[in-house]
Amino acid sequence: MATIKRSRTDRFGGVIRYVVLVVGALFFLLPFYLLVRNGLSTTSEITSPDWKFWPSQLQWGNIADLFNDPSVPMFRSLVNSLLIAVVQTVAVLVISGLAGYGLARIPFRYANAVFYVIVATLLIPAAVTFVPSFVLVSTLGWISTLRGLIIPGLFQAFATFLFRQYFLGFPKELEEAAQLDGVGYWGTFWRVVVPNSTGFIAAIGTITFIGSWNAFLWPLVIGQDPSSWTVQIALSTFLTAQTINLPQLFIAASIAILPLVVMFVFLQRWIVEGVERSGISE
Amino acid sequence: MSSTAPSLARRLRGRHDRNLWFGIFVGPFLLGLLIFVYVPILWSVFLSFFDARNTVTPTDFVGVGNYVDMLSDPAFRSSLATFVLFAAFIVPTTFVCSLGLALLVNRARFAKAFFRSVFFLPTACSYVVASMIWKLSIFSGVRFGLMNTVLGWFGLEPIAWLSVTQPPWYWLVIVTARMWLQAGFYMILFLAGLQRISPTLYEAAAIDGATGWKVLRFITLPQLRATSTAVLLLLLIIAFQAFDEFYNLLSTSGQYPPYARPPLVYLYYAALGQGQDFGHGSAGAVILTLMIALIALVQGRFLGLGKRED
Repeated sequence: MATIKRSRTDRFGGVIRYVVLVVGALFFLLPFYLLVRNGLSTTSEITSPDWKFWPSQLQWGNIADLFNDPSVPMFRSLVNSLLIAVVQTVAVLVISGLAGYGLARIPFRYANAVFYVIVATLLIPAAVTFVPSFVLVSTLGWISTLRGLIIPGLFQAFATFLFRQYFLGFPKELEEAAQLDGVGYWGTFWRVVVPNSTGFIAAIGTITFIGSWNAFLWPLVIGQDPSSWTVQIALSTFLTAQTINLPQLFIAASIAILPLVVMFVFLQRWIVEGVERSGISE
Repeated sequence: MSSTAPSLARRLRGRHDRNLWFGIFVGPFLLGLLIFVYVPILWSVFLSFFDARNTVTPTDFVGVGNYVDMLSDPAFRSSLATFVLFAAFIVPTTFVCSLGLALLVNRARFAKAFFRSVFFLPTACSYVVASMIWKLSIFSGVRFGLMNTVLGWFGLEPIAWLSVTQPPWYWLVIVTARMWLQAGFYMILFLAGLQRISPTLYEAAAIDGATGWKVLRFITLPQLRATSTAVLLLLLIIAFQAFDEFYNLLSTSGQYPPYARPPLVYLYYAALGQGQDFGHGSAGAVILTLMIALIALVQGRFLGLGKRED
């Protein structure tokens, strides 16, 4: 009796749960649909008083128009974004990976003090330091340069913190086997630890790439010349312009998120696993 | 030279010199952090005591004048109030929304991976792109905007979402945009936390006849305490950094409206606008940093975050 009753409420709860899940999923997907719908419409169809679910004719020509528009350097911005994101991701993985391993595994008298210096910067949101960082970068003469856009973003305390937490939990036996063969810290790290941590490295790499590609405040402050714009700045310029070409704007936004969505579909498993193993939620 | 070379080679061999190897592993990161984080912060503290317009090597010492100016500036004070209001909206709503999604997805029997992906996917979007969709398509103030079309189906008048301050509809636009962007990420954190809860706890509860809300209240939520603390702290710190959506949603043609301006947007215009007023901008940044550090410390102490570290 009791079991029948429970299974019936369970089934009822299950149906409710799926209804909520499906409705929620539709709401979460809605903005992506709007992006594509508007990007492939004509202006008059977007601004028509009658809401149309789908454009009567897909305007693929909008893509060519976007890249031929001389007022926004779309192609150059995409190239800049890609360059910045790739360089930052690779460099953060190397710099923070090494630092995280050193903090987790190499006994050093002041290691704790060093760790606290790093953790302290986590309390100070990076965005709050943009005024002094801007002053430093302008003193170096790096305004509107790739150096100015890339180099200050290479030292990510959060990535180092996550790597340290991960390496603390790395199985020591694997490293000890290498050490018995007389391999030092350097060799152990590159030949044993890195090949066995590809999942976590992929996770941190993806998160870094997304953060770098989507960054807005720093590129806005540093990329003053249109030749140094990233794709986010180009989009924002579109958005705050006097006259807005709606289809062009939406197709540009679709192109801006496309690389990340593709990356997401292929690497999602790693990101989820990485977040789970990062120790943020322990 | 000839005498140091072999000794360096010997030091590098094996694991005898730990200090040297610690330097090789951690040194590059630490050096970058000092140059690009600590030096700017100290420089900023220095600039905040000077009258520094258009210059980073000021000579005109004004003491705490900049701090007094900033704290007595109604615009800066209102920007701090805006932040508090924003955090009061966004932190609880995102917390509840992401926890709710995690509980739903965690108990889904089929298509679990699909739903997780859908809710996580907006993480790939930037604030600029989200602002664009929210401002020009969903919450467009004109009649053909999606929300106004839906309101029209119910015979309601269109609303000018972003261009009126009374009633403040723009909060709905700003909060929903951010929630869409970040709920999925925190959902993943909660899902990870849920997976660590031992099934035996649920079995014991089932034997005791506990169901539904009771299980949630007495088992799931207490077991998620550590995750909740981390999520709350991250949400608060990230709310403090709010800039992108305010800049993109509320600015029109460079004319920034005087309402709903979080501190970061205020500082951006103060320090990097036409005046290039680094003195006041730096003083504002120092005030904001102290405020954030204080709130984070109080919250960490209050929620027992410090115990997590070894």
